Amino acid sequence: MSSVPFDDFDSPRSGRHRSRGVNWEKWGWIYMRVSGVILLVLIFGHLFVNLMVGEGVKAIDFAFVGGKLSNPFWQVWDTLMLWLALIHGANGMRTLVNDYARGARSRAILKGSIFAAAAILIVLGTLVVFTFDPCPPVSAADAHLLPSFCPAP
Amino acid sequence: MSVKTAGGSPTAPTTSKRISGTLYRGREGMWSWVLHRITGVAIFFFLLVHILDTALVRVSPEAYNAVIGTYQTPIMGVGEVALVAAIVFHAFNGLRIILIDFWSKGSRYQKVMFYVVIGLWVVTMVGFVPRHLINVFSH
Repeated sequence: MSSVPFDDFDSPRSGRHRSRGVNWEKWGWIYMRVSGVILLVLIFGHLFVNLMVGEGVKAIDFAFVGGKLSNPFWQVWDTLMLWLALIHGANGMRTLVNDYARGARSRAILKGSIFAAAAILIVLGTLVVFTFDPCPPVSAADAHLLPSFCPAP
Repeated sequence: MSVKTAGGSPTAPTTSKRISGTLYRGREGMWSWVLHRITGVAIFFFLLVHILDTALVRVSPEAYNAVIGTYQTPIMGVGEVALVAAIVFHAFNGLRIILIDFWSKGSRYQKVMFYVVIGLWVVTMVGFVPRHLINVFSH
């Protein structure tokens, strides 16, 4: 039978790891609940504005996103959503790896991949939100793809 | 394994393959937990893809429009219904989990709250699905 050695588990009442540094599992548990409530508001708002208002998903294009991301309100909204959701999701995936992945090596590989994916996408997404140019230089033929507030090329 | 009862006679070990016989297994508590995990994983993988496709606004308007155009096809439109269904369940059941953890009567009403979650999910989907499908299929 291949399984995690029994020594990896602490007896629930042993009190062995009490008062030794930060209790990261406790803060992870709190994070899931706090971020979850905030994400409910942020994501429901995101879905309402992008899928319910006007023509919904059919209205989404570069000009639509350009209009949103040139507004500081949506920059903050989207950045908060990005960070909170990726960390919430990555921590949830970590829980599943802890529950289902056997063997120290596969657990390390899976957790490393989850961490790397979350970290890379947080950096990428944050850079996109704050370095985004809603009026990039385009050929005259593509000028109609830009938001209406962009100056004519 | 048999268990000694007060009367001294051991209870018969079950050979039933049905998931039942405890307060938790096979009941609302288990299925809400299973659904929370499945929807969570699905949302996580969509999130990875969604950040990458949105990042294309930094490449060019043509690149972004080409990819977001695929989100507007009928097949993806139905996929968006599944995505929103997963998100709405995960959100409402997440509130249920918080109430079980922090509300003094939370665990007593966890079963009732599961059906409240299902009810709110139905109401939300009734508000969303027709409008979304009309947008997807009628332009």
